[in-house]
Amino acid sequence: METQIPKTLFEKVWAEHEVTQETPANPAILYIDLHLIHEVTTPQAFTLLKNQNLNVRMPKLTIGTMDHSTPTVPIHSFKDIEIAGKSAANQVRTMMQNCEDFGIELFGFESNNRGIVHVIGPELGLTQPGKTIVCGDSHTSTHGAFGALAFGIGTTEVGHVLATQCLLQRKPKTLLIEVTGLLNKGVTSKDLILAIIGQIGVDGGTGYVMEFKGKAIDNMNMEARLTICNMSIEAGAKSGMIAPDDTTYNYLYDRPRSPKDNDWEEALLRWKTLPSDSDAIYDKHISIDASKLVPMVTFGTNPGMVIGVDESVPEKKNDKSFDKALEYMQILPGKPITNNEVDVVFIGSCTNSRINDLQQAADILKGRKISKGVKMLIVPGSQKIKKEAEELGLDKIFISAGAQWRESGCSMCLGMNGDTVKSGKLSVSTSNRNFEGRQGKGARTILASPLTAAASAIEGRVADPRHYL
Amino acid sequence: MKPLKHIESNTVALPTVDIDTDQIIPARFLTTTTREGLGDNLFHDWRYTNDGKENPNFLLNQNHNKDCQILIAGNNFGCGSSREHAPWALMDYGFKAVISTKIADIFKSNSLKNGLLPIIVDEETLNELVRQSGEKITINVEKSEMTISNNKKISYEIDEFSKYCLVEGIDQLGYLQRHTIEIKKFEKMRTWTP
Ligand code: SF4
Repeated sequence: METQIPKTLFEKVWAEHEVTQETPANPAILYIDLHLIHEVTTPQAFTLLKNQNLNVRMPKLTIGTMDHSTPTVPIHSFKDIEIAGKSAANQVRTMMQNCEDFGIELFGFESNNRGIVHVIGPELGLTQPGKTIVCGDSHTSTHGAFGALAFGIGTTEVGHVLATQCLLQRKPKTLLIEVTGLLNKGVTSKDLILAIIGQIGVDGGTGYVMEFKGKAIDNMNMEARLTICNMSIEAGAKSGMIAPDDTTYNYLYDRPRSPKDNDWEEALLRWKTLPSDSDAIYDKHISIDASKLVPMVTFGTNPGMVIGVDESVPEKKNDKSFDKALEYMQILPGKPITNNEVDVVFIGSCTNSRINDLQQAADILKGRKISKGVKMLIVPGSQKIKKEAEELGLDKIFISAGAQWRESGCSMCLGMNGDTVKSGKLSVSTSNRNFEGRQGKGARTILASPLTAAASAIEGRVADPRHYL
Repeated sequence: MKPLKHIESNTVALPTVDIDTDQIIPARFLTTTTREGLGDNLFHDWRYTNDGKENPNFLLNQNHNKDCQILIAGNNFGCGSSREHAPWALMDYGFKAVISTKIADIFKSNSLKNGLLPIIVDEETLNELVRQSGEKITINVEKSEMTISNNKKISYEIDEFSKYCLVEGIDQLGYLQRHTIEIKKFEKMRTWTP
């Protein structure tokens, strides 16, 4: 009898996609099942294809959307796109042309399916367990929440996938993150992943694919899981993965691009074989107790510089990079983080712009007003989410609280489309990066959950959402 | 890609840790559809003051650093975004190698595909290189070895395949295309279709 070597979820997906295996001299050739593209990281790849007279090998396995440099005000004509600047509009035009030239389906401005690339994949049912998924975008790790192997690639690799549907890859190592205990009220999956990054550091996952396991994860809905895998790249990991279970299957059932009828039954059988074998071995293992966590906020210029919202900012510590971050943030060391007045609140991005995130923010904002000096932008992750939120009346809650309600897109997450935080202003943001200038030159960013962001908007300073629940 | 066999240049050190891709090239410069000219905005917000003038305190703006081809950087260089604009900007500016104790995965992969050499060294070596910032070092890419001051030789590890592509100037797309038969076979043999 053949003895089966126990495998992790990652190893199963990897093995199923090896066109050729790696050797010391050569990397593996890995087959890609779904390639997502957007306007910013593709033009140079298409230029290469055109210059070399190459075709897209499997146009049906590539799906395009426009999200990064697109405006979040309603678009009636191309003139509206130019609000974000002439070169942004040119990039959008180039994307439309390239998709047309190569026969790639594009969810353009007129499409109800348009949205942030990592939001629409799951929403349409394109993101499925066991698939290999890539995109010229580091937060492609998001899709791992479905038990897919999903990771970000550069533009040269976008060209490789377009031309060959394959990538050259070295096999990463595996890191198990075991989450024990359950999250307390007011503490979300965003707080959990921030705490994990704080624990292992922004380079703690470099070279690894992470798998998240444990009761807290089992109890989460898909949206909360997406938030966790989304930010695994912020710990440097190649990808984050969560084994598929009934929550996953229920989410996917009857989505526009999910398998149907017989195909569904077959897929389900296949998906159920994916979870890691109980005796599978990981290269590294860490654990974290979810029940000990409080809402988390960052205080520095990377997502690993994070504390509980009820804590004081750490003292300077004679470490140039650390001290430089505190100086940039103009946040007083040794003082409660809640002392800091907030100018801008942003709820959105592929981390936290799904209907559940918006609902959580609305629960806090309902019947309340945001603080006078605060500008609050709420940007749904997709046009579908926008519609759903409006059907639930969330837009009215936001607007009467004093927030701005926008069209979908990346918006203030990276400030490429004209939605920026002004220099020196402090923003509490549900996005994923608090790098210097990420939300605009000189902008200061505190990362938090939608609950914490909404509470902070009301108080006009960094606030503990548990007081509102 | 041009073959890269040998680098000889003065170094410049930016010992800040976790230098992310938003510092290397801020997002607002990514609306381009070509890869040229990005060097002008390399490290933009550190390099220029608010009125657009060169910030004299930023190391790259100091005269003796202007034609450096080797960047010594603090731990975890290139973390953040997958934007290939980051290595494009570094190369357009004139850099041919980046040395650090850790270099983020996607940045490293992007660099190798463009002929920018990422070198990982231990902490002690990095500190030594930072102390000797501005001095000339030579890198023998074929031998994975650099020679620093006092003729001290330091070897480093690099993925064999990536090195081969760098040294020969090989485009990895060509390698993939030569495996079309295997790719077709894989597509035919697999038990399910995406
Ligand atoms: S929302 Fe932010 S992190 Fe997500 S894809 Fe857009 S720019 Fe990237």
